[in-house]
Amino acid sequence: MKEKFSTQFVKAYSFLGQNNIEVKKALIAEILTFVRDNTILPCNYLADETAVHWPKDEEFEIVYILYSFSKNEYVRMKTRIKEWETIESAAGVWTTADWLEREVYDMFGVRYANHPNLKRILLPEDWVGFPLRKDYNVRLQDVEWVRKHLGIDSGQKYYVGEARHEDPNYITPTD
Amino acid sequence: MAQAETLFDASELTVSMGPQHPSTHGVLQVKLKLDGERVLDAECVIGYLHRGVEKLGEVQTYGQFVPTLDRMDYIAAVSNCLGYCETIEKLLGVTAPPRAQYIRLIMTELNRITSHLLWLGTHAIDLGAITTFLYCFREREEILKIFENYCGARLTTHMFRIGGTQYELYEGFQDQVRTFIQDFPKKVDEYETLLTENRIWLDRTKNVGIISAKDAIDLGLTGPSLRGSGVQWDLRKAKPYCVYSEFDFDIPVGEVGDTYDRYLVRMEEMRQSARIVSQAIDKIPDGPLMAKMSKIIKPPVGDIYHSIESPKGELGYYIVSDGSTMAYRARVRPPSFVNLQSLKKMVAGHMVADVVAVIGTLDIVLGEIDR
Amino acid sequence: MDFVIDNIIIPLIKIGIVFGVLSGVVALMTLAERKVAAFIQVRLGPMRVGPHGILQPLADGVKLMLKEDILPAKADRWIFTLAPIIALVPAFIVFAVIPFGSTFNLFGKTIALRITDLNIGLLYVLSISSIGILGIILGGWASNSKYPLMGALRSAAQMVSYEVALGFSIMGVLMISGSLSLVEIVNKQKEFGWWFVFLQPLGFILFFVCGIAETNRAPFDLPEAESELVAGFHTEYSGFRFSLYFLAEYANMIAVSAMAVTLFFGGWLRPFPNVALPGFLGLLDAPLMGPVWFAIKVAIFLYCYLWFRWTWPRYRYDQLMKIGWQWLLPLAIANLVATAAIVLLFVRKG
Repeated sequence: MKEKFSTQFVKAYSFLGQNNIEVKKALIAEILTFVRDNTILPCNYLADETAVHWPKDEEFEIVYILYSFSKNEYVRMKTRIKEWETIESAAGVWTTADWLEREVYDMFGVRYANHPNLKRILLPEDWVGFPLRKDYNVRLQDVEWVRKHLGIDSGQKYYVGEARHEDPNYITPTD
Repeated sequence: MAQAETLFDASELTVSMGPQHPSTHGVLQVKLKLDGERVLDAECVIGYLHRGVEKLGEVQTYGQFVPTLDRMDYIAAVSNCLGYCETIEKLLGVTAPPRAQYIRLIMTELNRITSHLLWLGTHAIDLGAITTFLYCFREREEILKIFENYCGARLTTHMFRIGGTQYELYEGFQDQVRTFIQDFPKKVDEYETLLTENRIWLDRTKNVGIISAKDAIDLGLTGPSLRGSGVQWDLRKAKPYCVYSEFDFDIPVGEVGDTYDRYLVRMEEMRQSARIVSQAIDKIPDGPLMAKMSKIIKPPVGDIYHSIESPKGELGYYIVSDGSTMAYRARVRPPSFVNLQSLKKMVAGHMVADVVAVIGTLDIVLGEIDR
Repeated sequence: MDFVIDNIIIPLIKIGIVFGVLSGVVALMTLAERKVAAFIQVRLGPMRVGPHGILQPLADGVKLMLKEDILPAKADRWIFTLAPIIALVPAFIVFAVIPFGSTFNLFGKTIALRITDLNIGLLYVLSISSIGILGIILGGWASNSKYPLMGALRSAAQMVSYEVALGFSIMGVLMISGSLSLVEIVNKQKEFGWWFVFLQPLGFILFFVCGIAETNRAPFDLPEAESELVAGFHTEYSGFRFSLYFLAEYANMIAVSAMAVTLFFGGWLRPFPNVALPGFLGLLDAPLMGPVWFAIKVAIFLYCYLWFRWTWPRYRYDQLMKIGWQWLLPLAIANLVATAAIVLLFVRKG
């Protein structure tokens, strides 16, 4: 794979015995198709697709956890995108990615291009905000939504923008 | 929720099997597009049980997060626990001592039996065989008593700790488990006589919800549903974790990939679990219960993915650690979530009454889907 | 005076007894269902109301009667109230022609242990039981809601389909006995010395299966039970009106069982009716033992009803209709043809 996509390649490393490959996001769909179809390690099963938010770099790291039935090996593919960028959907490569990407969109706000049905999946459709981002406090609610749908005042004291460590009201758990 | 103009309108009818419904296990809403009695399309609306478990993983320490995970797949809580503890142990580079691993294995296999019994009971009652439900719960009761004697809780057990187990085995544990395991295969035979050759059961489950092996892998289906389609893949054999490599058991595989095959696969899995437990119960080694590690869990910076074979499928944990006592990202790969995607494919072209059978055969737990 | 006694007082007494016993049995059935279900499911069932839950039907009856009388706003009030009655009454009227025993003498009067003996008894039973279907359709229609109506239509379609096969399945009995009168049928079984079930085994099986489908019981209870989308016809019913539908179902079950016993199992005859019994066992031949034998046989059938419900899964609606039309009906016709052939040969020989 290094030969074919050398321009997109960033690094490959092994941590605790697990193989990771990091690539740039531009040709991600072709890369994933190659990963699925190649003969050396055909990854015909997408175990998981998720994202990690790195607010310091203003980036999302999209992680694909892949498995090859014939070689019985896991491999992780990672790519980084800026918070405002869109990324190509993997739903064309593995149908599994359909709902997994919907969840990433729901929780992080990552927009996928060419996704068959990019809607919120776990949260209600008209919820505002992306909970798993680091700048979304764990106790935050969409106060408007609560008022509109449940008819009550949510009584919340936290505002969007307070991160977990800077919040003075945050109770640090002791060990 | 019908869009038909008149009662006998030939156009499509969209009906919602709403969130409160006796046959969808948990709060699941399935929007069906019907043409008369045939289902054209099914869209699942989930999220009614979303509690933000993954977010909680970031504000709780590693040790505190374990009970939260029990509430995900509350039927098979022990598997959740096992997966997470093993993931963190891998990250830390410690292994639980052998005694703890044996205890973990026995409890996890008993939990697999529990989960499959619940599946069988609810699947049967959805299709009208009401009595099977009560028989399954009678067996489940025995196992839940064992759990209660061991850790105090029946359902959300928080059984293991990172690094081993906390509780020592109670007196009489081995006898209680042995009595149960000796009787259990006969009980499975009892269920089989009630259902397996029953004409009505066959009519309701054969050729319902067929999914081919290729589609199953493409959709990410795992667990007994995948094995029902003919793919012989079980993480306990493919990537042995805990002490599974020391035991002798088979992986049942189906042929056609319909509801009946998945039913047979799960019945056989119950027997195999009983087999594993009966091998393990005699071999528990002596020794410490917890590995030697610091009280405060601060894993090195990095990420790790580890998955186990839960009763529902591949349960995976992807933990990103930033060196502090709390995870930077705690991702759970829920098997039921990915399995539920295949509902659309399985149900297309079938009758309305089959939708209930297919939901039952996928063995979903909404707690896991929604987290 | 004789006329009055013979034609008014005695029949009234008989009607009173039959009606009373029937109502009692229906009430007991509600308890029996729960108890049998419980024992099959390794539990105990109602235990608190009276010793071992005997008085449970009383409690249920009181509860249902005291419930709030809810009438849906847009429902047609009269038909809404009338529909359960239309479902219930035919189930009870069927018992007018069923023989419970032979005759016995009381104060010089010969009293027949049946309410009446119509010479078209069988035809009467079949036609009256068809009226019950109307009660279901009206119930769904009067609710003025799309889903109960669809449920009612499905129920009704199922019942009508199985009526056809039911009718054909008993024609074999008709041919052998040569009469539509139920009393004659039983007497013929005594004459032959064999219950008709041995002469018409297929007919019996078909009759009983169709009977289960007629009464909308498991494994044919999809219109009632799996009511996620299209709710059953009795969704809008509650309280007393619902209890009428409920009782109608049990009364129908008893009617089908009674018919099966009368047509195939010798009615009030004891096993081996022509074999004389020695000594005191001759008591078993007494006329008043007739109803006892009848009751025992009906009880066995009712138990079978309950047993099937709690053991088997249920059929999907399309499979249900397929079985009725593609399997039971052809089998019933084949049975009819075979019986006709045998009767013809037999008559020719003898």
